[in-house]
Amino acid sequence: MADMSVAHTAGASKFGRFIIYGLLALVCLYYLMPLFVMLSTSLKSLDEIRAGNLLSLPGEFRTDAWVKAWDSACTGVQCEGLKGFFWNSVSFVVPAVVISTMIGAFNGYALTMYRFRGSDLVFGMLMIGCFIPFQVVLLPMAQTLGALGIANSTVGLVFVHVVYGAAFTTLFFRNYYVTIPDELVKAAKIDGAGFLRIFFSIILPLSVPIIVVSVIWQFTQVWNDFLFGVVFSSGDRQPITVALNNLVNTSTGVKEYNVDMAAAIIAALPTLLVYIVAGKYFVRGLTAGAVKG
Amino acid sequence: MKTLTKTLHAALLSTSLLAAAGAQAADVEVLHWWTAGGEARSVAELKKMLEAKGHKWKDFAVAGGGGENAMTVLKSRVVSGNPPTAAQIKGPSIQEWGAEGVLANMNDVAKAGNWDGLLPPVVVNVMKYKGNYVAVPVNVHRVNWMWANPEVFKKAGVAIPKTWDEFPAAAEKLQKAGFIPVAHGGQPWQDFTVFESVVMGVGGPAFYKKALVDLDQASLKGPTMIKALETLQMVRKYIDKDAANRDWNLATAMVINGKAAMQFMGDWAKGEFSAAGKKPGKDYVCLPAPGTANAFTFNIDSLVMFTQKSADAKKGQQDLATAVMSPEFQEVFNLNKGSIPARQGMDLAKFDDCAKQSAADFTASAKSGGLVPSIAHQMAVPAATAGAIQDVVTQFFNSHTMTPKAAADKLALAAKVR
Amino acid sequence: MNATVLSSTTAPAARPARRCRWCDTLDAWLPKLVVAPTFVCSLVFVYGYILWTAVLSLTPSRLLPNYEFAGLAQYEALFDNERWWQALSNLAVFGGGFIVICLAVGLLLAVLLDQKIRAEGFIRSIYLYPMALSFIVTGTAWKWILNPEFGIEKLVHDWGFTNFTFDWLIDPEWSIYTVIVAAVWQSSGFVMALFLAGLRGIDDSIIKAAQVDGASMPTIYRRIIIPSLRPVFFSSFMILAHIAVKSFDLVMALTNGGPGFSSDLPATFMYSFAFTRNQIGLGAASAMMMLMIVVAVVVPFMYSEMRRSRHG
Repeated sequence: MADMSVAHTAGASKFGRFIIYGLLALVCLYYLMPLFVMLSTSLKSLDEIRAGNLLSLPGEFRTDAWVKAWDSACTGVQCEGLKGFFWNSVSFVVPAVVISTMIGAFNGYALTMYRFRGSDLVFGMLMIGCFIPFQVVLLPMAQTLGALGIANSTVGLVFVHVVYGAAFTTLFFRNYYVTIPDELVKAAKIDGAGFLRIFFSIILPLSVPIIVVSVIWQFTQVWNDFLFGVVFSSGDRQPITVALNNLVNTSTGVKEYNVDMAAAIIAALPTLLVYIVAGKYFVRGLTAGAVKG
Repeated sequence: MKTLTKTLHAALLSTSLLAAAGAQAADVEVLHWWTAGGEARSVAELKKMLEAKGHKWKDFAVAGGGGENAMTVLKSRVVSGNPPTAAQIKGPSIQEWGAEGVLANMNDVAKAGNWDGLLPPVVVNVMKYKGNYVAVPVNVHRVNWMWANPEVFKKAGVAIPKTWDEFPAAAEKLQKAGFIPVAHGGQPWQDFTVFESVVMGVGGPAFYKKALVDLDQASLKGPTMIKALETLQMVRKYIDKDAANRDWNLATAMVINGKAAMQFMGDWAKGEFSAAGKKPGKDYVCLPAPGTANAFTFNIDSLVMFTQKSADAKKGQQDLATAVMSPEFQEVFNLNKGSIPARQGMDLAKFDDCAKQSAADFTASAKSGGLVPSIAHQMAVPAATAGAIQDVVTQFFNSHTMTPKAAADKLALAAKVR
Repeated sequence: MNATVLSSTTAPAARPARRCRWCDTLDAWLPKLVVAPTFVCSLVFVYGYILWTAVLSLTPSRLLPNYEFAGLAQYEALFDNERWWQALSNLAVFGGGFIVICLAVGLLLAVLLDQKIRAEGFIRSIYLYPMALSFIVTGTAWKWILNPEFGIEKLVHDWGFTNFTFDWLIDPEWSIYTVIVAAVWQSSGFVMALFLAGLRGIDDSIIKAAQVDGASMPTIYRRIIIPSLRPVFFSSFMILAHIAVKSFDLVMALTNGGPGFSSDLPATFMYSFAFTRNQIGLGAASAMMMLMIVVAVVVPFMYSEMRRSRHG
């Protein structure tokens, strides 16, 4: 990126920098506030919560809310906290993310390097399909899964997530592959390389940034999903979002806000970690042309 | 091809043998949203009872929205051909589900357990579809309670109002003394709960039945309803300005802490008082809402039974129904929940005074005609109608421009929704 | 991407000129085969279900689907429903506000972050992390913060400014704006990342040439940089529009449509009527209206952008 600061005089640039940093810091406050609220509430005792105000620091740091959320909070008849549900989520998120990313890669590749009649139409169809609100598909999908015999199973849930995630992953990969020069593939074709060979030896090695973007996006979407998880799974196979919801939304019972907040943070930890650790790859992947067109 | 058919035959035979060998032990799957500590413990009792009979309990808890999410999941399951054994459904919805032809007939269990004799007629009507038992009641909630902090009243030098005529003066005094007269949570179902208690208090049980159960147009548009709406407007003056979207238990906390004087809420509010270590009669009092002393607005939670395919599942279902009606379960569940058993003739020694009064009023009002279903808690009219009426009530409650007359007309329109 | 890469990955001399006879035909069909499953799934599970919803909206279905024909009765009931019009107007306010503010905030933050900031990676993570949270978590946290009783208003009161009011959450006129506040918080980081990537992809030489010509920084931004970010605007718009239309979890967790139904959106309307109120037919009609609105807004936009990107 161009060295913009060179164009400024020394004094103006100092003031300008001050403004810039100031603005950034102010905005940081806006972004961090909810996290701070959640953390501090989860470390307070119930009496402190009822008595104090939102942004006050906990008097003493108590971790029992966290232990309870993980180990013994009630999510129904069983009061075993979130731990079992955590692994439930992992069990279907991983296959869903892997499969939908692979499908997206193949689709993106086919749609950009092997433009056939109607490939733009197909792409457009997929994009518009992204907009369908998921509430609309619940009943018909339930009927379909029932007919296929995979209702209420991990397979069914993975299937649903793959079907509705493929459109997004295809979008990411297609937009990325559009920036790869055609000549690369053309030359390989002339040399006699086939569809799959070109993909595995040329395209795939170049795709690392966009694979990261796609995995991060899909992981977040599928891990945080509630609607499909609650409808297409049951009992002790439910994902962590459903368990969290059960924990937080007690209908006519007593609410334990500190446990609720601790549970919410536990449920969010994997995605948070993914963003923090892989965040820079995310931006790098986007920079490499993920969403140019 | 022949080998294929042979293998298929063998497979079928072995699976059916296996299934027969596994008889007597069924998966009992119950959809509910009792996820709070006390409620969950109660359901755990049910689980124990069923496991003692050799069945396996498959918990299926889906919280949120007072059943909204659960209903979504239930519909999906039914549509996919795989309904649970039972689900937490109540009121007229039971009739709607019955009309779809997916409910199981529990008459055998009912006869064996003498349900007709143990349940009051008004409850029996709700549990039956076209004369057949399809559901079993778990508890009876009373909705038209008023929970008051006697300390607050004493400090303000005011007596607790027993009628709506006494209310404004008492509320004024409380406000002047620096207290919030009415603790309220501005969520639609809470607005609706206060509304129905006001209608009951202003018009009496007969009017309540005509307007909100029979949905008589003239009653909904008429002067009594307008008076009730005006009273509701008056009550709104005595609610603090931060009430909107407040959870019901936070409003109860205001009464517990002595910041507010009273709350109009069903008997589950008792759980909050108990959790805070308060004693009935001393730290708080339970009274029927003003003007409703001889009325009992009921809300009955029930488990509806879905048609099961296999014989084992049917047996599990029957055992479930019997267990729910048993005195042991009825006692444990209701002690934890704050409600009273649906089963009559039980020994209520372990229950507190508010519950005992509730039970006495239940029997009395059944005889006197003051026992009515709660419209705010989906006991009186179908879900679509109740929803439309709730929309009008909450809109009126939150609006500063809608007149009682306009609201009454809207109520009449909403009552036509099916 | 140059010739050396090519020659290292293919070995023209060692391989035969053509493989088996039907390998080539297979190869020609392979792209279509690969895309086919996704295409078929999209056809069935998206468009097929939309068709099913359309059919349902023409039936008198209540609790479960019931396939009698009822004409446009459900649509009439829908347009008679005051709450639906409120939801529609909320969608316009929320959608417009959310998209515009997210784009503006995202662009601004990206421009600021592009100025060779120290700890850029750290600050960027702070802006990005909200995207990792589920809407339920976001809604719950913001519900607390915006609550006048123990949130910001109380905090400012505690600091001494007792006349400060910030009760949007409980005011029927303003409740929809609280949804914007929470939604912008969640998504603007992502838009910022998109813009940052776009900014980094701009060719330096054009900027330098403009600077040599004596153009000031704001002018350079206005005339050169922002216009060349057009594709990023497009992508961001598509993603934000999709989030806006689908906003369901956030509203449920933050305001539950309240106070009353003043912050209802079509998605929550549809869910409530279809599943809680046993009026699936009406819910289906509202879903069809939602889809029609989306198509009416998004398709022309997409079409013009795709044509432009192919020609430009």
